[in-house]
Amino acid sequence: MRPVKDKQFIHLTVNGETYDVPVKPKDTLLDILRDKLGLTGTKEGCDTGKCGACTVLVDGQAVRSCLTLAISVRGRIITTIEGLVEDKELHPLQQAFIEHGALQCGYCTPGMIMTARAFLDENPTPTEEEIKEAISGNICRCTGYSSIVEAIQAAAKQIANEAHS
Amino acid sequence: MRDFVYFEPKTISEAASLLARYKDEAKVIAGGTDLLVDMKHDRLQPKYLINIKAIPGLDYINFDSEGLRIGALATIRALEKSAELQQKYPIISQTAHHFGSIAIRNVATIGGNLCHAVPSADTAPGLIGLSASARIMGNDGDRVVPLDYFFTGSGKTVLKTGELLVEIQVPPMPANTRGVYLKYAIRSKSDLPVVGVAVVATMEPKQGLCRDIKIALGNVAPTPIRACFAEEVIRGQQVTPALIEKCAQAAADEAHPRPGSIRASPEYKKAMVKVFTRKALEEVLA
Ligand SMILES: Cc1cc2nc3c(=O)[nH]c(=O)nc-3n(C[C@H](O)[C@H](O)[C@H](O)COP(=O)(O)OP(=O)(O)OC[C@H]3O[C@@H](n4cnc5c(N)ncnc54)[C@H](O)[C@@H]3O)c2cc1C
Repeated sequence: MRPVKDKQFIHLTVNGETYDVPVKPKDTLLDILRDKLGLTGTKEGCDTGKCGACTVLVDGQAVRSCLTLAISVRGRIITTIEGLVEDKELHPLQQAFIEHGALQCGYCTPGMIMTARAFLDENPTPTEEEIKEAISGNICRCTGYSSIVEAIQAAAKQIANEAHS
Repeated sequence: MRDFVYFEPKTISEAASLLARYKDEAKVIAGGTDLLVDMKHDRLQPKYLINIKAIPGLDYINFDSEGLRIGALATIRALEKSAELQQKYPIISQTAHHFGSIAIRNVATIGGNLCHAVPSADTAPGLIGLSASARIMGNDGDRVVPLDYFFTGSGKTVLKTGELLVEIQVPPMPANTRGVYLKYAIRSKSDLPVVGVAVVATMEPKQGLCRDIKIALGNVAPTPIRACFAEEVIRGQQVTPALIEKCAQAAADEAHPRPGSIRASPEYKKAMVKVFTRKALEEVLA
């Protein structure tokens, strides 16, 4: 790859769609998702990796989109909160967050759910402790953690049931 | 964040050439979890950014008769998850487990942790305890530097312009050797440490004698340091509670934290070095 100085069009695959977007080297994935692609479900919180509000998946792994240069994830598979809906049906995690009232202001919710999504893929039957550890990098300033943990537990059960039925 | 020119070299020598060409105006980026934060705060404003993450084959965790080799691009998450590492060098995988959050560990690299060279870098004390070395490559060839001598100041290493850290080499653990890294952080073990203490000790199984020991401390000096006097207290000795206490005190005496740290006063850090050295000694010498 030649040096990239200014804006350059790159391919980004987000939620199954391929976009050709102009990016500058310094644009973060968060900037591009929100400002260029209009996917504003992903939130900007601390902008330094600590709070987790901007968490998205790159090739199935949770990453901080605020600390990811968009240009460095060309051609990778990116999933945001908007991509969890399938055939207009909410993902079990989204449904469980609603049913357990696992949100107050809702700002941390997309990051929480994306973190939980990657975590459950890896560990489908987690203990409460493991869930708490997994979301320890996602900060909820409304402090509604217990219902968040309950929602993730419920979603894990739901996903397991769906797999068996 | 300021604009920069972006490169994605595919080989180490290409990356080293770019570094040699642009010198102080260039920065290497691996996971970016330190560097991008510094750039967002304008603490660093590189004109050229050289992303080494796309260099293939530099993220290995390999074991052979000479021990362990870790490629500089191995992520903290990979170190945490490697079953072989958990079994052969549990101190490394445990350190990786209590490091940031999953999303940070997924991209943060061991090379970045060491090259950023902050005194609180979590992987340093354990690796120093294990007598690890850093393999460094530049256009003039490569060299191997023991980690004891890798750090030269806060944020500073022996790396010269145009050089990259490419590999961490760890010798085999001798029989009857155990190691532990204890990180004392305020809220959870995922925070940066107030102090970190690594102890790696080899015991004479029958007599309760400590044949060899290394103690390394994090965040109590401009660089991670060895607590050599503390080691001397216990090396070659019959381990007793009194000796453990003496060793822990010696480690605290060797710590020289700077005043004005945001995480704790020097007095408190020293007191915590004593507590956590004692705990670590009790764990590995038991
Ligand atoms: C929210 C958060 C939590 C964190 N928690 C922890 C924690 O618990 N413990 C801890 O120790 N750290 C922690 N960190 C700091 C950081 O994640 C680690 O230091 C990480 O390992 C850095 O690796 P990186 O690949 O992201 O480095 P980068 O940011 O890409 O690079 C860091 C520095 O090293 C240089 N560099 C990188 N690789 C090389 C190489 N191979 N050769 C030469 N120079 C190189 C870069 O030029 C830069 O100066 C945290 C950071 C954040 C944002």
